[in-house]
Amino acid sequence: MTDDSAFSDAFFAASYAHVSPQPDPAGHYGEPVYGPSGKLGGRFMPEALMAALAELTEAYHKSKNDPAFQAELTHWLRTYANRPSLLTEAHRLSAQAGARILLKREDLNHTGSHKINNVLGQALLTRRMGKKRVIAETGAGQHGVASATAAALFDLECVVYMGEEDTRRQALNVARMRMLGAEVIPVSAGSRTLKDAINEAIRDWVTNVEHTNYLFGTAAGPHPFPSMVRDFARIIGVEARKQTLELTGALPDAVAACVGGGSNAIGAFHAFVPDESVRLYGFEAGGSGVETGLHAASITGGAVGVLHGARTYILQDEFGQTLPSHSISAGLDYPGVGPEHAYLHDIGRARYEPVTDAEAMEAFRLLCRTEGIIPAIESAHAVAGALRIAPRLRAELGREPVILVNLSGRGDKDMHTAAQYFGMEV
Amino acid sequence: MSKLAEVLAAAKAEDRAALIGYLPAGYPSVDGSIAALRAMIEGGVDIVEVGLPYSDPQMDGPVIQKAVQAALDAGITTLDVLRVVEGAAATGAPTLVMSYWNPIERFGTDRFAAALAAAGGAGTILPDLIPEEADDWIAAADAHGLDRVFLVAQTSTGERIALTTEVCRGFVYAASLMGVTGTRDAVSGSAKDLVARTREHTEVPVCVGLGVSNGVQAAEVAAFADGVIVGSAFVRRLIEAPDEASGLVAVRALAEELAEAVRKGRR
Ligand SMILES: Cc1ncc(COP(=O)(O)O)c(C=O)c1O
Repeated sequence: MTDDSAFSDAFFAASYAHVSPQPDPAGHYGEPVYGPSGKLGGRFMPEALMAALAELTEAYHKSKNDPAFQAELTHWLRTYANRPSLLTEAHRLSAQAGARILLKREDLNHTGSHKINNVLGQALLTRRMGKKRVIAETGAGQHGVASATAAALFDLECVVYMGEEDTRRQALNVARMRMLGAEVIPVSAGSRTLKDAINEAIRDWVTNVEHTNYLFGTAAGPHPFPSMVRDFARIIGVEARKQTLELTGALPDAVAACVGGGSNAIGAFHAFVPDESVRLYGFEAGGSGVETGLHAASITGGAVGVLHGARTYILQDEFGQTLPSHSISAGLDYPGVGPEHAYLHDIGRARYEPVTDAEAMEAFRLLCRTEGIIPAIESAHAVAGALRIAPRLRAELGREPVILVNLSGRGDKDMHTAAQYFGMEV
Repeated sequence: MSKLAEVLAAAKAEDRAALIGYLPAGYPSVDGSIAALRAMIEGGVDIVEVGLPYSDPQMDGPVIQKAVQAALDAGITTLDVLRVVEGAAATGAPTLVMSYWNPIERFGTDRFAAALAAAGGAGTILPDLIPEEADDWIAAADAHGLDRVFLVAQTSTGERIALTTEVCRGFVYAASLMGVTGTRDAVSGSAKDLVARTREHTEVPVCVGLGVSNGVQAAEVAAFADGVIVGSAFVRRLIEAPDEASGLVAVRALAEELAEAVRKGRR
């Protein structure tokens, strides 16, 4: 990692030093975060997993302050994952948007998305804990591919759970995972998407916890996952902040990212949280529109509850049953969101807005045609969001705004979906 | 002493383990689940657990998942679950609700405790609520005179067993194996060890669940535990039955087999 990107306990405190009420990072077993809507995060999980979560928390805290671990992670990020990722000024898109748009190119990472950052960190921790088997859940397949990749690299057995519906939407990634030697298990329970894959992974973990580590794919779930995944993804914002300063001589006016579980967004946001002039925008999957009920916008269209181990915004009915989410993008098709986003929303530090399937696909096509970059459909939500806020910011600032867009992944995996959407032959 | 504690004490006085049976509310129907719980009690189950069907049952294996999904598909709500509790509790058997946490928080923690008490419920078992997250529930349960069962597992440290047993009222649920609900071929050997470790920290009865499915296994567990908990095996009887009436017969027959077994276990 770059010099100022070392992830230590001090970062969390430092990033939120200016906000009130203060999150409570201490807790004797975890890091519950208190926001205006009460306690967020936590550890709503079976007792059988407490020992494993404690072991993982300890390994993570130790590694945070261990120069040898950081050197090792930095080595793999630089020589394997292709970090630092580029910052590309999107000239033709900027002209159309009426804003200076800078793209943080996580799509150029090895395996094609930001997920590799987190996975390399967690896989190294797995090795340190002496475990030989990893499991993962995946929606778009990007986290699954990253996990299968790291498992091959570090000689770990790898099992990936994936909703049956997603194995169909992201067939290319299923093939990639299998090619890399991972076992992919389609999950046919419930809504057959990411949430059900997580349930199945948790069932596996409870059963095999002694020798298995769960590589969780997003900044959600029980503690320590939200903080740990954030810390491994945080390098996105750390690099982008520096690159933007170098390129423009100033901080961006806004940072835009798509929000599924929230890992790429929290990774892009975190280094900017103390910079009060930088607006943070998270774009959730609006599906057919929040008003239709067919969406995956947990913050804008949900309510606080508990899902997958944490209290956060979730999609639920009046009796607390999780509602199925809907999005053209498998990676955003999740009825929850990481608790740190719930917190940033509650304190008003970040703004969350839904982007519909149609808006995302329009932005998808525009980025292809103006910049020669085929984004992941997930990332296209962030591009669409940037196009939406550009005129607003321009009016507010009275000048051309600078918007940093986190391009979390590349779109190869989405060619079938996109071709179908646009009525093209593949 | 709560009714639940009384029933456990009575079993102890007879030098036997208590028999605890689980069935989800709403399967095969709301009324069908009341009938099944009653058949279970008539067959000799001392204490019943009524499962509150939840969309994301992370601790449940395929058998319970299937029944719960069918109940949800048929539109069961928390209000129906409370009606099932009322139907079971009317028999006089202590009736617990087994639920994941979110449905209770969403219903309103205190409102749920009040409604459960009003339905004649004895308390709750909440498999994804650890003591550290349970302040609100403990306060609500206390306010409405409900027992509260928490779980210990093989991986629990002595420290965590102490923390957990400290807040348990009624009994402590010792998860006999690492894994989800479902029937197993053999009872795990380390269940006995977990019960012994738990007893070092508490006088509260320790009941063992997960994977017990027949008389032989129940007798084995009854030899060292204060109670034997059986779930998936009952649910499977309902799933495999060609019609509701034969499901009730099968549930009652299993309850009889298990009731005999918990009386044999210590001889
Ligand atoms: C390219 C890409 N972006 C974003 C996401 C959404 O996840 P998160 O919100 O954790 O960044 C995914 C998930 O699969 C993804 O593949």
